[in-house]
Amino acid sequence: MKNSEILSCFQCGTCTGSCPSGKYTSLNVRRIVKDSIKKDISDQCDLWMCTTCYNCQERCPRGIKVTDAILSLRAEAVKKGRILPAHRVVCKFLIEVGHAVPIDDIHIAIREKIGLSQPETVSKYPKALNDVKILLESCGFNELVKE
Amino acid sequence: MKDLSLFLGCVIPNRYPGIEKATRLILDRLGLKWSELKEASCCPAPGIFRSFDKVTWLTIASRNIVLAEENNTDILTVCNGCFSSLMDANNILKNDAALRNEVNLHLKKINKEYKGTIEVRHIIEFLSKEIGAKNLNKLIEKPLVLRVAVHYGCHLLKPTKERKVGGAECPVFFDELVEATGAVSVPYEGKTSCCGAGGGVRSAMLETSFKMTEYKLDRIKKAGVDCIVEACPFCHLQYDGGQVELAKAGKTYNIPVVHYSQLLGLAFGYTPEEVGLHLNAVRSPEFEDKIAKIQKKDTSVK
Repeated sequence: MKNSEILSCFQCGTCTGSCPSGKYTSLNVRRIVKDSIKKDISDQCDLWMCTTCYNCQERCPRGIKVTDAILSLRAEAVKKGRILPAHRVVCKFLIEVGHAVPIDDIHIAIREKIGLSQPETVSKYPKALNDVKILLESCGFNELVKE
Repeated sequence: MKDLSLFLGCVIPNRYPGIEKATRLILDRLGLKWSELKEASCCPAPGIFRSFDKVTWLTIASRNIVLAEENNTDILTVCNGCFSSLMDANNILKNDAALRNEVNLHLKKINKEYKGTIEVRHIIEFLSKEIGAKNLNKLIEKPLVLRVAVHYGCHLLKPTKERKVGGAECPVFFDELVEATGAVSVPYEGKTSCCGAGGGVRSAMLETSFKMTEYKLDRIKKAGVDCIVEACPFCHLQYDGGQVELAKAGKTYNIPVVHYSQLLGLAFGYTPEEVGLHLNAVRSPEFEDKIAKIQKKDTSVK
């Protein structure tokens, strides 16, 4: 990874010890930092077990932006097409309706019942939704997440 | 101080509209000048979209920020995820000219321009800084005699260099607002630990995310509380929906989950139904009875 900051890591393991996910999963932040300096780790599923809670980044005695580094490593993996199927679905939602969690009939009915009208979001304004679509296309996002 | 554009995001309007209703009620009761941010999209969710492509994440976030800039309002979020995406994007775009230019090239295609003229707020830090727990306490009509487990949620606090709400290890500002309603914030082990939902973990690895939720719920249960109070609909979803899933595996907790907007609404005298508590997956008749008794009690000064 092209991130000179992580070269200052002295492998103390504070990141791993602070990681809520690492308690239960194979995610080992210390090892990710170490390995990412030497090789391409885009295939490692562990990258996606991080909840981005920022404990590692907050507690790193070297002040390394560890969580941000994980985000960069994820972006490298995505560029190589390493995308989990569930994440692809969420991306599709954003592309189609402008929301990661779209409104559905059940919740439209619940809203009506408690006196709330349709949300004032892109789901109500077609031109606004089209603007979001133009931006996603312009950024190359559709191409990036295409199967 | 500018007027506020309420940014609701995805989970609140589309999954927990009760939190939206409660938020509308309390903002009006507090006499704040606000309106809903029209034409907003997903913030976009930091876990997946920030991970996938920084420029896309910044560009979609910038469009939401520009909508508020055009109204000359600050943005008020009620969700830690929206707060994280919009505040971080706003800070990056204010300070990084190269990224700002890149994003503005995209925005030009929809005749918009990011200028960097507004701030992004979260309801908890906003109430804490702009009104203060002591003043808020004076407005309470039904002091809530409750024992509460406060869950801050990661992105309300961290990264601390960006959030500027103090330290992340032993924060107090949210507890103060909870105690302003008359409730007691009960200490518990792992209080600042993650609910498990963030970073795209919930969507792709549900079982894994629930391990972290279980860690929290075990400790919250041990502390003996009436409910969990959080300030993020994604944490709300993880605790509320998570308890239903964990019950299927034989782990029952039955701890009601309450967003701070709902808690404050109850303390202002709105009924549990008016603040949407009945829309939670976890329903507790004992909790609802307790609230009903508290609200029936005449607390006016004789």
